Amino acid sequence: MMCLTEKQIIALEDKARSIRADSLRFIHTRGAGHPGGALSAAEILAVLYFHTLRIDPKNPSLETRDRFILSKGHASAALYAALSRRGYFDARELDNWGEVDCPHQGHPDRFKTPGVEMNSGILGHGVAVGAGLTLAARMSKNPCRTYVLLGDGECQAGIVWEGAATAAKYHLNSLVAIVDLNDVQLDGPVHEIMPMEHMADRWKACGWQVIEINGHNVRQIAEAFDLALEIHDKPVCVIARTTKGKGVSFMENDSNWHGNVPNAEQLKQALHELGAEVN
Amino acid sequence: MGELSMRESYGRALADYAALNPKVVAVDVDTSMSTLTHFFAAKYPERFFNVGIAEPCAVDVGAGLALGGYIPFVNAFAALLALRSLEQIRTCVCYTRTNVKIAASYAGISDFKDGPTHFAVTDIANVRALPNMTVIVPADANEAAQFVPLVAEYEGPVYLRISRGNTLPVHTLGAPLQIGKGILRREGGDVTLVATGSMVGRSLQAAELLAAQGVNARVVEIHTIKPLDVDLLVESAKLTGALVTVEEHAKIGGLGSAVAEALAEIHPVPMQRVGLADEFCVTGRTVEGLLDHSGLAVADIVSAVQQVLKRK
Repeated sequence: MMCLTEKQIIALEDKARSIRADSLRFIHTRGAGHPGGALSAAEILAVLYFHTLRIDPKNPSLETRDRFILSKGHASAALYAALSRRGYFDARELDNWGEVDCPHQGHPDRFKTPGVEMNSGILGHGVAVGAGLTLAARMSKNPCRTYVLLGDGECQAGIVWEGAATAAKYHLNSLVAIVDLNDVQLDGPVHEIMPMEHMADRWKACGWQVIEINGHNVRQIAEAFDLALEIHDKPVCVIARTTKGKGVSFMENDSNWHGNVPNAEQLKQALHELGAEVN
Repeated sequence: MGELSMRESYGRALADYAALNPKVVAVDVDTSMSTLTHFFAAKYPERFFNVGIAEPCAVDVGAGLALGGYIPFVNAFAALLALRSLEQIRTCVCYTRTNVKIAASYAGISDFKDGPTHFAVTDIANVRALPNMTVIVPADANEAAQFVPLVAEYEGPVYLRISRGNTLPVHTLGAPLQIGKGILRREGGDVTLVATGSMVGRSLQAAELLAAQGVNARVVEIHTIKPLDVDLLVESAKLTGALVTVEEHAKIGGLGSAVAEALAEIHPVPMQRVGLADEFCVTGRTVEGLLDHSGLAVADIVSAVQQVLKRK
C-alpha cells in the first residue's frame, strides 16, 4: 500500500478546502444548490480527483480511464469544483451557472460538462449503473475501475440494493461504492427520517467488502481506495463518516443547509471559516 | 396463426444475431424462460446477465453496459419496464442517451391468462412521451425477428414491444423494413386503417370484409410509433379522407393519439380510434377471445369504419 507523504496530505487537504470554497461560490452565484452534501464530500472528491482516479483531463474519453459516478448528483457544485480544478474546464464557465446559456446544468449532464460520466441528480442509480459499467469493463478486458459516490439518505432507495446485489453476484471487485454518511437529509436527521443504522452490516450482508473510515481524513480515504485494489472477489463499499456542511460552523449538521443558498454575508463568513481567499 | 410466437421469434433472432455482433448483450429479470432470452443465455452465458426480479436495476445495469460500449437488450415484461422502470428509462436511458434497447415482452393483453397486473396497455403512451426514445411495435413473429438487427444497429434508445403469443402473420420474410417508415399493406381509396402490432393482421381481415360491402380500405402498418411516419399518414389522409387507428393498447396515448396529434396540425380528417377502453381488462382463456372481448374484434374495426364514413 502506498502511504501518503505529509506533503501529499497537505496538498489534498488544500484541494478539499478549494472544493468547499468553490462549491459555496458556485451555489451562491446560481442562487440554488445543495451546500451541505457538497461540503461533506469535499475530501472524498479531492482524493479521487487528485490522487486515486487514473484520468487525463486532456483526453476525457480515453477508454481505459477510471470512471466516477456522482450518484448523489445534488452535490454537483463539488463535482464541478473538482473537475474544473483538475483541468476539465475553466471554472469561469460557472460564472453564469443557473442561466439558460450556461453549459453546466443544475445536476451533472455528461453531454454538457466534460469529465461527467453519467447524468445524475435523481437518487439511487449510481450503484446499478456502475455495476453495468464494471461488467462492460470486465468483458472488454478494460483495466478501468468504477467509483460511485452516494449518500446515506440515498441508501433508503431500494434500487441501491438491487444494484448492490447485482455487483456482488458478479463479484465486481473493480467497483467501489463510497457512502458519504453524514446522517442528514432534506427533512432532518437520517436516523429520524428513516433510520439506516448498521450501514456496514447492510453492505456486508449484500456480499460487499466494507471499509469504514473518517470521510474527512484524506489519508484514510486514500488508504481505503488503495486497500480496495487488494480485494479480488467482491465489490468494495467505503463507508465514509462525514459531517454535513463540514467546515462551516453554521451549516454543520443542519438539514436547513441541505438545499439552502448562502447570501453574500454568509458566503463571506463561510469562506473566512474555511480559510479560503475572499473575492 | 403463425407457427412461431412473437417472443420465440424474437428470442431466437437475438441469439442468432449475437453471433454476428459481439457487442450485443442481454439483461433479464428472472424471466428468460418467458421472454425467451434463454436461447441467447445458452449460447452466450458470458454475455447474459440475470439480475433477478429487479426491473429498475436491469435498466440501470443496461445503461452501464451501454456506457461501457455494449449494446444491451434489457428484457422483461412490458408492464414492469414501462411502469416500474419508467424513471430509469427516462433518466439513465433517454436523458443520458445510452444505447439501450428495451425489449418489452408480454405487451398489450397478450399475457391473457394473468390479467391486468401483467397487461401493458399504457406502455406506448408512457415511453413515447420521452425525448430521445424510438418506439417500435412489430406486427408479427417474422417482423420481430427482422427488427432485432435493425434495432441493435440503430444508435440510441429503443423500446421494442414484443407480444407474448402468436399474431396473424402479415409480413413476408425478407421484405425491406425501415425504422420510422410505415408500410402500405393494402391499397384502397375510401378509408385508411392505420394499425400497429397484433392489429395489423386483424385490420387486413377487416379490409376484406369491408371490400365485400363495397368499401375499399387502405391499410397502413405503423410499426414505428416514434418517430412517426407523418408523410405516409398525411398522404393517406388526403387520399382517403378518413382514418381509423387500430391498436392493442389503451385509446389514451397510443397509436391513435400519436396519429391524431400529427394530423390535427397538418391535415385533419374524420378519425375513429379502435383500442382498449379506459378501464382494466379482464383475464381470458385465449388471446384471440380476449381481444374480441376487449373491443378489438375484426367486427369492431368494421364498425369503426362504418362510423367514420358517416362523418366523411
